[in-house]
Amino acid sequence: MKSIDPRVNRMDLPSNEDGKEILEEQENWETYEVFHQKKRGEQHIHVGIVHAASPEMALIMAKEAFGRRRQTANLWVIKSAAVTASDYEDQDVFETTPEKTYREASDYYCMDRIRKYQQEHGIKDRKEERRNVQKANKEVKK
Amino acid sequence: MKYTKTQLEAVKEFLYKIADDQLILGHRDSEWTGLGPVLEEDIAFSSIAQDKIGQSLHIYEILHALGEKDPDTIAFTRNANEFKCCHLVEYPIGEYDFSLIRNFFFCHAEHIRFNMLAESSLDPLAKLAKKYRGEIKYHVMHADTWVKQLGRANEESHKRMQDTIDNSFNLALGIFEESPFTSELNSMNIFEGEKTLQNKWIEAILPVLEKAKLVLPDPADWKPAYGGRTGTHTEYLQPMLEEMGEVFRLDPKAEW
Repeated sequence: MKSIDPRVNRMDLPSNEDGKEILEEQENWETYEVFHQKKRGEQHIHVGIVHAASPEMALIMAKEAFGRRRQTANLWVIKSAAVTASDYEDQDVFETTPEKTYREASDYYCMDRIRKYQQEHGIKDRKEERRNVQKANKEVKK
Repeated sequence: MKYTKTQLEAVKEFLYKIADDQLILGHRDSEWTGLGPVLEEDIAFSSIAQDKIGQSLHIYEILHALGEKDPDTIAFTRNANEFKCCHLVEYPIGEYDFSLIRNFFFCHAEHIRFNMLAESSLDPLAKLAKKYRGEIKYHVMHADTWVKQLGRANEESHKRMQDTIDNSFNLALGIFEESPFTSELNSMNIFEGEKTLQNKWIEAILPVLEKAKLVLPDPADWKPAYGGRTGTHTEYLQPMLEEMGEVFRLDPKAEW
């Protein structure tokens, strides 16, 4: 794959017969996958990769590459080589998933039964209450 | 707070010194933008340069509130002999080893200076010191990471780092040129003094250098490059200032 970094291309690296560039040790750094956490307690989300010579340096690079324009609580970096990925050829294992709506919470119709239970047991519906308050506030503003 | 004439002079001299260091180093570091060794480092180093220029702006604003001209005029229209920066920051960027070691030396000193200033009686400065603590901490982390990496990577990188330390250490010592107002700043509880800062600085950089298998020159060879704080500069500062202020001086009244 040709690099999109012009600096790499300017280096004019020697290549072998099948066109792949020959790299000496330390000439090209490994990549690290970067995971970004916005707030403490939230999940870390994959945001991209950085090149670095060590995990410590990967964090330093990731801070500016992915943390300089958004709120950040924490970053993870993990060597790309440590990732085991599924094969796109096996993508068919997911093929019938969209049909299995019984696995989605929205496929269950139960609100009428919940309401009935709440009424019978005198439990207040907090959502309903909040909606009523909002409605009342709006009318006051009018 | 009401200052006597000498006290006001002391405060201004102190602020100019800090802000001029940041502005000049920020501009020098920004000269690497687009030329950094790898894309990620280009972004990181450019951000650090921007941080430093931003920090200098806020200190020039304090100076403005104390009766000096507005920050743009201060930054872009003075001549070299009116600048109070140390020689270390005004040198051309050289090779990347020099720019890294320069930031390593400078950022550690700045980090400690701002930690000391967080307790300063000069309120707006103490607030800035607290605000920028994290920013400067990152600059230190960045420098430490590179120094440790290149100090240990291979023979060539180690040699280049060691040579650069040997060649630039006296420039770094110039950061700590004593102010003629040391006793005023001390008695006003603004700053403890450059000597204290230098001692703390040595304590901070030694463990990092040790991890990087690098050493400082023999104290017998320490000859600090003083003069910057009183307006005596190297031949490199004036041409840099001319380039830096070129656009501003085309139309100083332009709205940006």
